[in-house]
Amino acid sequence: MTTATQTLRGEVTVRDLSKTFNINGRALNVLSSVNLHIRGGECLAIVGASGSGKTTLLRILAGLEEADEGRVLIDGQPVHGVGTERAVIFQEPRLLPWRTVIENVAFPLEVRGLSRDEARKHARRYVQLVGLTDFVEAYPSQLSGGMAQRVGIARALAIQPEILLLDEPLGALDAMTKLTMQEELARIWREEKVTMVIVTHDLEEAIYLADRVLVLPKEKGGRIRTIEVDLLRPRNRSESGFVKLREELLSEFGLH
Amino acid sequence: MALDIEQSYPLNNSPSKTGRLRSGQVGPAFSTGVLGRLVRGGVQNVVVRYGSIIALAVLWQVSATAGWINPAVIPPLDRIWDALVNGFVNGPLWRDVAISLQRAGIAFAAAVALGIPLGLFMGGIRVVERALDPILQLLRQTSALALYPVFILLLGLGETSKVFVIFWATLFPILLATIGGVKQADPKLIEMARVYGARRSHIFRSVVLPGALPQIFVGLRLSATTALLLLIAAEMIGANSGLGFQVMNAQYNFQIPLMFGAILLLAALGLVANSILETLQKRLCRWAPAKA
Ligand SMILES: Nc1ncnc2c1ncn2[C@@H]1O[C@H](COP(=O)(O)OP(=O)(O)OP(=O)(O)O)[C@@H](O)[C@H]1O
Ligand SMILES: [Mg+2]
Repeated sequence: MTTATQTLRGEVTVRDLSKTFNINGRALNVLSSVNLHIRGGECLAIVGASGSGKTTLLRILAGLEEADEGRVLIDGQPVHGVGTERAVIFQEPRLLPWRTVIENVAFPLEVRGLSRDEARKHARRYVQLVGLTDFVEAYPSQLSGGMAQRVGIARALAIQPEILLLDEPLGALDAMTKLTMQEELARIWREEKVTMVIVTHDLEEAIYLADRVLVLPKEKGGRIRTIEVDLLRPRNRSESGFVKLREELLSEFGLH
Repeated sequence: MALDIEQSYPLNNSPSKTGRLRSGQVGPAFSTGVLGRLVRGGVQNVVVRYGSIIALAVLWQVSATAGWINPAVIPPLDRIWDALVNGFVNGPLWRDVAISLQRAGIAFAAAVALGIPLGLFMGGIRVVERALDPILQLLRQTSALALYPVFILLLGLGETSKVFVIFWATLFPILLATIGGVKQADPKLIEMARVYGARRSHIFRSVVLPGALPQIFVGLRLSATTALLLLIAAEMIGANSGLGFQVMNAQYNFQIPLMFGAILLLAALGLVANSILETLQKRLCRWAPAKA
């Protein structure tokens, strides 16, 4: 399964990454000596208790946050700050309320210097990809939560990133919409051949989407655990292998 | 329904009273069809929206003509209307309206031209805002009217001091609203734009500015109201033209209907200014969920 993706771009290497925050004069060590390698085209899920540093790690990968020590390499090149080979999808869709669906998707393309018309033309394909063709001219206030998030995903894909970084992208959606969107994400990942790093607190979501699940330790200085998800796609949530992995992950959190 | 339409005439005072009323009465004939429902819905809307003002007008007219109130102090609406028509046809009212509009217009335009760019600048650059904020707070707490004598002293009793005092009072609502709008920009949206590589100027143009627009309009509408308020005050002191002068002058000469006419004219100007801004806002902020 993974052999075909070996040659893809979007390979991420994290070396000895540490991050300490200062909260009211007290040092809070969030990440210490994190080492990580993500293959090009891989889908990696990151789970962990609240406050374990998932978002922090993702923001450092995105270039929105500076690490204290260590570095992040993308395709062998050290990164500084944000870059157009990476796109971030946040928990909230973060759409510009004064732009229609298509204009929102076109936004990053305009930033890149495409003319309004060119950007719109290019954006249309991605609006189609997330199934919102009927809503191209709708404003964000006229969309449901799931639809808005899909616009955010289309916008991220429109710049054709090598790496898609997602921070609890489906966290705010209802259970049904969430399941549909998980299928959608699995399809997009397969079709667009991007490297995907997805932070989630939903273990099922992690197993459903990822090649590997990274479990950040609860206590500081603890070991990061990795669990391989060796299941055929498309995955079935009630299949025995799936259920077994879910139990294994749950026990990582001391739950059953 | 027909009664309501009739009652609205003293206000509109259409010359073709009876003819228009006939066409208004067609409504009930359609009452079964879709069109009928639309017409009735429309009439109902009009009644809800303007019913109270129509009732007030009727009450005014009736109590003045029936002598419940002293018509020498509060004349009936038709006499006010006659005085207005007379003022426009035979008197100087056109000139007064023009000069008032000019004073308020120049001052308002100047306040917009200075307030919005300055507000964007101050709101966009933190240090500037922090440095200038104390002065701003001091100045805006000082009533423009209290400063009018100072302006007269500095600029003389002519047009300049009048325009300036209006400008002064209208500047602050616009300036403060613009600063506030820019400062309230959603940091999450700014971060989103940053992720896609947008530079500061691009972020300002495509994220901060559109986001501040509704707030800027709040300031503009407040300023327009303030402009008319200050206009009257300025025209009551040492002026010999303008609507504010007419109010004072008519009262002085016991032309009470004309005085009320000028007052109503001022109210109308305020309504028109507000509705122009409202229309502009609706066009520019179509995306914003409608609010009252
Ligand atoms: N900008 C910041 N300044 C100070 N402290 C921060 C900052 N960002 C995060 N932290 C701290 O770092 C720790 C990890 O935060 P982070 O957001 O990475 O957790 P998380 O794993 O994403 O949690 P959750 O599952 O609740 O989203 C928290 O204790 C938080 O207080
Ligand atoms: Mg988080």
